[in-house]
Amino acid sequence: MSDTLSLPGRRARIDALSFGLILSGLVVAAALAAPLVAWVTGHGPTDQFRTTGLDQMGLPMRPNAEFLLGSDGFGRDVLVRVLYGTRISLIVGLPATTLAMLVGTLIGLVAGWSRGWGDQLFGRFMDVMIAFPFILTALSLATINRGADGQPRIPPEALVVLVIAGFSWIYFARLVRGITRSLRDGPLVNAARVSGASVPQILWREVLPVILPKIAVFWSVQLPANIVAEATLSFLGVGINPPTPSLGNMIADAQRSGLYQVQPWLLLGPGLALFLAVAGANILSAGLRSRLDPHSALRV
Amino acid sequence: MALRLTKALSQAALTLLVLLIACFGLTRLAYQNPAAMLAPRNATQEGIAAVARALRLDEPWYQQLWYYLWRGPDVQGAKMGLFNWPPGLGYSFRKQAPVTDLILDKIPVTLSLVAGAVVLWFAWALLAGVWAAKNQGRWQDHLSGAVSFVFMATPLILSGILVSYVLFYQLTQAGWPLFPSSGYVALTSDPWQWARHLALPWITLAMVQAGTFQRITRGAVLDVAGHDYIRTARAKGLGEGRVWYNHALGAGLNPVITLGGLEIGTMLGGAIVTETIFGLDGLGRLAISSALDGDFPVVIGTTITAGAGIILMTTLSDLWIAARERRPLS
Repeated sequence: MSDTLSLPGRRARIDALSFGLILSGLVVAAALAAPLVAWVTGHGPTDQFRTTGLDQMGLPMRPNAEFLLGSDGFGRDVLVRVLYGTRISLIVGLPATTLAMLVGTLIGLVAGWSRGWGDQLFGRFMDVMIAFPFILTALSLATINRGADGQPRIPPEALVVLVIAGFSWIYFARLVRGITRSLRDGPLVNAARVSGASVPQILWREVLPVILPKIAVFWSVQLPANIVAEATLSFLGVGINPPTPSLGNMIADAQRSGLYQVQPWLLLGPGLALFLAVAGANILSAGLRSRLDPHSALRV
Repeated sequence: MALRLTKALSQAALTLLVLLIACFGLTRLAYQNPAAMLAPRNATQEGIAAVARALRLDEPWYQQLWYYLWRGPDVQGAKMGLFNWPPGLGYSFRKQAPVTDLILDKIPVTLSLVAGAVVLWFAWALLAGVWAAKNQGRWQDHLSGAVSFVFMATPLILSGILVSYVLFYQLTQAGWPLFPSSGYVALTSDPWQWARHLALPWITLAMVQAGTFQRITRGAVLDVAGHDYIRTARAKGLGEGRVWYNHALGAGLNPVITLGGLEIGTMLGGAIVTETIFGLDGLGRLAISSALDGDFPVVIGTTITAGAGIILMTTLSDLWIAARERRPLS
C-alpha cells in the first residue's frame, strides 16, 4: 500500500492516515452509539418485534421508518444489531490485539536478547506455534470448553479473546525479536552498557523506544485480522453465541436462512460494517506505517 | 544438500512430535469428563464406564502418551497409535467409526478444493503483481492496487456468500445455470462436473489470498527490478514481457514461496468456511459439525491432520528456497 491512497481516474489525493482515521473513527463512533440508537428507537439488540417487525407472511420487513435497515427473521432491528455487532468486534478485537502485543513484545525482547540455546529454543517454539491451525485449534478449545451440562465453562467472549491473542502474539514476538537482535550489539546498546546500565535498563531505555513505533504499526496491521478472526469463529458457531449479535453470527444467520434474498440489508448491514472496519484499519495501518516507520521491510 | 535435507526433516519431525504431545495434552484435558466428550448422546452410566475402560483412561499419563503415540489398545477393532500407517487418530463413539477412516473419506474433497484454489490464487497473484510492477505508478498499478485492497478487506465469510449470490443465484435467475449451488462430484467419476461444482469455491478461496499475494509479488519484483541482470536481459534484446515475467519474477520469487508455503498449509482453515457456504462435504465440514456436536476425537484428529499439513508445506517451501539459493538453511 502506498503512502497516499489514490483513486484511479481522480486527481484528488487523500492522506492515507487521515482517511484511515476518519473511517476507523466512524466505526468506533457507530459502536459507541449502539446503546444510544437502541434507546432512541426503543429496540434492544435481542428484542423481537413479532407484530411490527414481521409482515403477515412472517417474513422480515424491508427498511422503513421504524426499522431503518429493516428487520431480521425474528423481527429484530437490523440496524441496532449491526451496531451492537460492531461493538462486539471491537470488544474482542482491541483487547485480543493489545494482549498479543504485550505478550509478544515481552517474549520477543527476551528471545532477541538471549543467545545460544535460549535463542534456539525460541526458534523451535515458533515452529510449533505456527504449526497449530488457527480455526481448528479454536474448534478444539471451544469443544473442551463445554461442561457436562452443555454450558460453557468460561465465557465464550473470553475464550475468543484468549484464542485470538494466543495466535497473534507470535507475529509480534517475531518482529520484536528481530529488531532486538539487530540492536543487541549496536552502538546504542554498547554505549549504554559502557556507562554501566543494567540489562533491564538497556531494554527499557534504548531498545523499547526503537521498537515502539514498529509495534504500533503492527498492532494496526493485526487488528483487522483479529476482527476477521472473531467474525469467522462466530460465523462457524464457535465464537459469540446467538442471540448476542456479532457481525459473524449475523452473516451466518443471513446465509443459512437465505432471507437476505428477500431483505438484502440482512447481509449488507453486517457485511458492510465488517468491510468498513477492516478497510478502515487497513488504510490506517498503511498511513501509520508511512508516518512512523517509513523504512519498514513490511510491504503488504 | 543431504545435510540440509536431514536438518530440515529432523526439524520438521521435532515440530510434529511437539505438536502431537500438545494435542495429547488437549485430549487429556477433554477426557477428564468422558461423558461429555466421548460417549454417545444417550449413553448410560455403564456405557460411559465402558468407553473409559476401552480407552484405558484409568492408567497413568505416560502409559497413555505411549498408547497415543506408539501403539494403543484396539478400540472396537480399530488400531490406535499415531506412528502406524495409517495413523490411528482415535475413535468417534458418536459416529461409531475410527477417526482416521472418517478423515480419509473426506480428504479428496478438501484436497480438490485447496489444489484448484491454489492454482487460481497464484495465477492471479503472479500475473497481476508483475503487471502492476511493470506499470508502476500508472493507471494499471492503481487499478490492481484497488482490486487487491478490496480483496484484502473482504473476509471469506462475506466473499463466499457474494460469489454464491452473484455467480450462482443471479446467473441462474437470469437463465444461465452455469454453476450448481452446492455438492461435490469426484474427479474420477466425471472431471467436467468436478470442475463445475468446485469453480465457485475455488474462486472464493483464491480471492482472499490473491489480494495479499498480488502486493507481495509486486513488491518482490520491484525489489529486483533495478538489478544489473535485468538490464542485461533487456540489453540482450529480450522483450519487456520476458524481462518482467521470466527474469524479474524468477529472481523475486523467494518471499512468495516462503509465505505461500505457510498460507497453503493454513488453507484448511479457509476451507472450513468455504465448505460451509458451498455445502461441500469435506474435512472442514467434518470438523465443524463434530465441534458443534461435541465430538472431540474427530476435532482433534482434523487439527492434527491440518497441523501436519502446515509442517509439510513450510518444510517444502524451506527446501525449495534452499535449493534455489544453494546455501544452508538458516
